[in-house]
Formats: sequence, C-alpha cells, structure tokens
Amino acid sequence: MAKADKKNAGGETLAHSKIDLQKMLAPAALVILYVFFSFAGNNFFTLDTFKNILESSYYIGFMAFGVTFIIITGGIDLSLGTVMMCSALMGAYVFKQLQWPLVVALLVTLGVGVFFGFLNGIFVAKLKLPPFISTLGTMMMSQGIGSILTKVQSQTWPTATEPVGGWFKKVFIRADIFGVKGFPVGALWLVGFFIIATLILHKTKFGRYVFAIGSNEEAARLSGINVDNWKVAVYTLSGFFVGMAGIMYAAAYTTITPGTGNGQEMNGITGVVIGGTSMAGGSGTMAGTLIGVFIMAVLKNGLSACGLQAPWQTFFTGLVVIGAVLLDIYRTKAANKVKKS
Amino acid sequence: MGDIILKMSGIQKYFPGVHALDNAHLEVRSGEVLALVGENGAGKSTLMKILTGIYPKDGGTIEYFGEEIEIHGPKDAQERGICIVHQELNLMQDLTVAENIFIGRENTKGIFLDQAAQNKKTEELLASLNLHIPARTQVKRLTVAKQQMVEIAKALSHQNTKVLIMDEPSTALTNSEIEDLFKFIRRLKATGVGIIYISHRMDELKQITDRITVMRDGQYVDTVNTAETTIDQVVQMMVGRVIYEEPKSRSNVPADAPVILEAEHLVSNDVKDVSFQLRKGEILGFAGLMGAGRTETMRLLCGADEKDGGTIKVKGRETRINNPRDAVNAGIGYLSEDRKLFGLCLGLSVADNTALPSLDMLTKGGLVDDNKIHAVTSEYVDKIRIKTPATKTLIRSLSGGNQQKVVIAKWLYRNCDVLIFDEPTKGIDVGAKSEIYKLMNQLASEGKSIIMISSELPELLRMSDRVVVMCEGRVTGELDIAEATQEKIMTYATRREVD
Repeated sequence: MAKADKKNAGGETLAHSKIDLQKMLAPAALVILYVFFSFAGNNFFTLDTFKNILESSYYIGFMAFGVTFIIITGGIDLSLGTVMMCSALMGAYVFKQLQWPLVVALLVTLGVGVFFGFLNGIFVAKLKLPPFISTLGTMMMSQGIGSILTKVQSQTWPTATEPVGGWFKKVFIRADIFGVKGFPVGALWLVGFFIIATLILHKTKFGRYVFAIGSNEEAARLSGINVDNWKVAVYTLSGFFVGMAGIMYAAAYTTITPGTGNGQEMNGITGVVIGGTSMAGGSGTMAGTLIGVFIMAVLKNGLSACGLQAPWQTFFTGLVVIGAVLLDIYRTKAANKVKKS
Repeated sequence: MGDIILKMSGIQKYFPGVHALDNAHLEVRSGEVLALVGENGAGKSTLMKILTGIYPKDGGTIEYFGEEIEIHGPKDAQERGICIVHQELNLMQDLTVAENIFIGRENTKGIFLDQAAQNKKTEELLASLNLHIPARTQVKRLTVAKQQMVEIAKALSHQNTKVLIMDEPSTALTNSEIEDLFKFIRRLKATGVGIIYISHRMDELKQITDRITVMRDGQYVDTVNTAETTIDQVVQMMVGRVIYEEPKSRSNVPADAPVILEAEHLVSNDVKDVSFQLRKGEILGFAGLMGAGRTETMRLLCGADEKDGGTIKVKGRETRINNPRDAVNAGIGYLSEDRKLFGLCLGLSVADNTALPSLDMLTKGGLVDDNKIHAVTSEYVDKIRIKTPATKTLIRSLSGGNQQKVVIAKWLYRNCDVLIFDEPTKGIDVGAKSEIYKLMNQLASEGKSIIMISSELPELLRMSDRVVVMCEGRVTGELDIAEATQEKIMTYATRREVD
C-alpha cells in the first residue's frame, strides 16, 4: 500500500509540473513570435503595426470568447461567422435604410446574435440535434436571411467623419483620448469583455456547469443539474458575444457585404484551439483563447511584414493549428499515462 | 497437473520514479488454472504486460518450455502461443463474429476477402469450443457473456495457444454466464493449455483455480494450492492484514424506525409493479440476476429515467420525481455501478466533483466560492478518508475506491438521506472494498438510509439488514437478514413469473 501511495503522489506532481509548463507554452509562443517578427519583419516593431494587430483581433476575439464556452461543453458552433455578418448587416440596414437611431441599430446587432445563439441552443439541447448539424443549418440560414432582408445590397455603417453616428468608430475602434492620437479603444472593450468572460467561465456556477457538462454530461444530469437549460444558456451567451463581434467588425470595416462570413467561424475556432481548449470538451481557459487569437493576429501581420502575402498567412496559421492540437494530444497522453501507472 | 511450461523469475520493472515489479515470480503448468491475485497496483497487470510483450522487462528471465526466451512485442508473444483476453472487451461491435476473430489476418482470394472461408473456419472453431454462436452475427447482438466467449475464441484461434491469460473475465457476467465460462475453462484446460486467471472475486478462485499466486506491492508473496487454503488466508496474504466487516446475523434497525422512502407500484419498460419500503438507518440489499430490473428501478427513484406509473413517498409525503433534479432535492443520491459514465466528471478535480450538486450553496455574490469548496472538500476527505494528494487533484488520477468515496462525499454534502449504491465495490480492490463497507455501516448508524444493489451474494449477506430479491422486473421475495441465505436468495432470483 505504502508503495502505491508514493507512486500516486509522484505521478501527480509530475503531471502538475508538465501541465504548468504546457500552460506557459502559448504565452511564450506569442512573445517569441512577436520578438522574431520584430527582427525579421519590415516595420513590424512599430506602434502602427501593434495597433493593426489589435484591430484585426477585436471581432475574432469576441467570436472566440463565445465559442470557448460552447467548445468546453463539448459542442461546436459553425454559425459564428455568418451570424456575425448577418447581425452587422441587420444593424446597418436598420440604421441606414430605416433611419433608426444608431444605439437601436447596435441593439439590433446584438439581438440578432443572441437570437441565433438561442436558436442553436434550442436545436442542440431541446431537439437533441448534434451541434455540428444544427449550427451548420443556422450558418446557412443566417447567411440567407441577411441577404434576403437587405435584397443583396451592401450596407454601410457610419464612418468617423459622418455627422450622424460619427461617434461609432470613436467608441469602438480608435479615438484621440488620454492624450493619445488614435488610442485603440477597441482594446478596452476586448479586455473588458475578456475579464467578464473569464469571470463567467472560471468563477461562476454557470462556468462550473460548462466544464461539468463537457466532462461528463450524464454525470452532471444525475447530479441534479438541468443540463438542457444550461446548454441553451451557453449557446445564447455565445450568441451575445457573436453579436458583439458583429459590432466590432462593423466598426473596423464599415461596409458589410451580404453572403459573406463563411469561413470567419474558423478564425474564432482556431483561436480557441491554439489556446489549448480541447475539442473533446471539459477543459480549456479563456486566457488561452485570448492568447490564441493574438498568436493568429501576430502571425498574420508578421508574415505580411516579411513580405509573405495572404496565402502564406493561411498556410502558416494551419501549421500552427496542427502544432497546437498535437501538443494538446501529447498533454492528454501524458496525463493518461500518469493515471495508468 | 502437467509440466511447467512457463516460468518467469526475478522479473524487474522500473517506471520513471517507480519500482513497479521487484523480483516477481510466476510458474504456469500445462492444463492448470493459475489464479493471479493482488490488490490494484500490486503489479499483476504489469507482469502480464511483460509476458505478452507490451512492456520490455528490466531484469529477470522468462523460461518457456524449458528454454530461456526474450519476448519482442505482442506479435512475438502471440506467435509463441501466449495470448491474453483483456478485461475490457476489444471487439468491434458492428463487425461480425468471424470478422472480429480474424481481424488483421483476413482470408483473401486475390485482392478480395474470402468471407465464406472465413465464416466456415470460424464456425469450426466455435464448434470445437462447443459454442453455439453463428459466425455471421454482428457482435453487438450478442450478450456480454457471449462476447466474452468470442474474445476467448479469438485468442484461441491463434494456432498453438499454450498460455492463455484472462484478466477479470467474469466482471460483466451474471452467475449463470459465469457457470458457462467455467465449463468452458475446464474444457480448455483439459486440452493442456495453461491458464492464468486474474480476478478480484474471491469466491470464484475456489471454484475454478488449481493454484493461487499472490502479489503485493510489485513483489511475489507466495503460491498456494487452492484446495489447501481458505479465502481468508489468500486475502490476508494480499493485504497483509485481516479485513472485512463482521457479517450481519441480525438486523441493526429497530422495529419502530421510521420509514424514509416508500416506492409503490413503480412501472416502466423494465420495471413491473415494484413496491418496497426503506427505513431510517437501514441497509436494504437488492439481489437478483443481471437484467432483473434492479438498476432500472433505482434509476426511476433517482429520476434518471421517467416512470410510467407508481408513486414515491419520501418521509411519508408523496414526492414527484420526474428528473434527477427532483430526486436530488428530495435527498436521494445515486451512486452508479459505472462511476466513470454516470457518477464523475473525470476531467474535473476532486473538489469540483464534490461540489457539483451543491454549487447553489457555495456561491457568494454570483461567484463561486472556491475557498469554501476547498474547505468543504477537505472536511470530507478527512471524514471518509479519501486518499488524494490535494483537493485540486484531477479525479481520474485517484484509484477506484477513492473515486467512489468522492461520489459518496458529493451526496453527503448535498444532504442526501437516501443513498443508492449500485454495485458499490465493482472494480475495487479488496482493501478498498472493506473501507467502503465500513463507511456504509458508519453512514447507516448515523441515520442515513442505504439501498445496495449487489451481484455478489456474500457481500449482500454481509452488509444488508434486509434483502429484496427481484427477477425480470418484479419483486419476487423479501428476506430479513436473520433468515436470508444464498440458497433462498437464488430461489427467489430465479422465480420467473409465467404470463
């Protein structure tokens, strides 16, 4: 018996030190990439590039925060990208075409995200459709609806110089405040919601249930947790984050084209995966997701600073995904080995 | 008994930081069943993995038919005639029996499979083992026992199997299926095959084995002739101490103890009009063969399945239980026979698992109070002696017995007065078993009411104050512990209703 105990205790510390090392891997990779591109890239280590990196990560970050919850429950959301576009499209439509106030347009944008999230939740939790299928369905539905309602016309949000709604970009993207010209306000939103998402995931009952459901749904149900309702809540919350992503996308890019958004979901999901969240559910962190999103953004801007264009950026992002998941598998294996010994 | 065909001596095995096997011995003779016993972590599996070529050994010798050999990998072991039937079935459920048996060495004609020849060969093999299973049946259509036999047939389909290792083959089997398995083993040993039989079920060893080799903490303890030893002696060798709670000869429950739980006319697909009462401080045993509807009845009580009829009264009041949440709120906690599937979130920590049903009580201003969770968990870790390095430890790194205790802690903290233990000692080694027994008795004496489903009759007779016997979804008998015997229980358990 005594020997067996020692063995367990030894295995445990081993596992902990390994996992901790793994936790440091993603942040370390981010720093290394940044330093590397600072030397290798043209004009990479500048304030402007830094702002570009930030600005290209806002909307991806929000999508990734939302889908982190879903992936930890063991689900997936393929409708992220098209719902984001649909929500931005609808917001612009009611603002420009229907002349509704900008604040209302923003609420519409959020509302569209929440609506599709709720719909996904109902499909997955109540109607028991596999998440892959139901979100594949809403992915197409949201893309179609956006085009139908706007009669396939591009919609525009106000630019910074417009008299009506000129504050839009200033509030969400950049403004001359704190004595800084072009201060990246969006980063405040991203960080603010990152903190909120972190608290929800790691510090609330809701978050605990997210992990429990992802780890063992049936055990969670038998523990008296109303799994179905919580799942609807998870997808709805994610929908809210997607609506926020719609706002950030609108603020960054102004013009929204109907029928787009396909493929954007992969940016969000990729960020989550690079951040170390397991696609099998039950484990993951919000901080990992944030770092994953930034790794992608640094990679993109860095490669472009090295003169490598979009195809190379896509190629290398793919490589990073494979690497990150391989690490995840390696980590799971290491943990299992400890269990068996 | 035949000649020694396999001799492992002085086997050493090191894992990083662990001396897993220290001077392990094993001798197998042709035509014998050798039991290999020891607690979890005693080194049985490691030794078998060395024998079947999964791990290389770090020291010692293996003699096979008088010749010293080195085993290079699983395929090498198979070719030499050393085969293993693993505890978990490794069959592909959607493939046929024949396809499973010949997986990896299919019969081919040119580039095409020769199904006909393969099926014929399979049927010959099965017939030679006196098994009546059609070769073309999908494996998932067979009972677990039959699947087990297929697994054994697969092991024997390798030409010239001389040593067959069976790792807990009876875990998933009912008593009558175990009988079939034993008949099968006896036929097999008559052909001169040496069988290594690993089991946690002590009563089986007496029935089927010729000799018993005991291991403890990675070391060889002793080998004894089964006929000349008692189970208690074997168990003592395994744990190095005397164990087990004293068996009960009469009920510990006073006659006027209040009724806590009353089930009346419960009906579902597999449950046919089941009624019973549970008193405060009682351990109520549920006996029956597999498929008797015991687990199904309990799943109705804990809201895991919806019932089609019947009422449940908790402390005299009729209580609606339509989902697990209702049951938990009524103070009914269920400990499933399959902890990993139904009881625990393996990826979460000891603390999070303990707190899971009770998180409502553990939040402060909307946020989870991790300090309190830690404090509560530590309290239970001490109280029911959960062996864990920390409350933050992932539950999957604990042993089966300690995992079971975490499930108990989770319901105790949720303030459950009724605890339903479904096969509470399944897959748990002997030392931990006695701890679980002690704990159950302690809980009962503190006034908790316990329902215990068990397929091990000695365990039921040791623990229960009263035994309810079920057969095919019905209650066929109820016995006070004073009058209960294995024979009486079995009579009731096989009393089939003729419709």
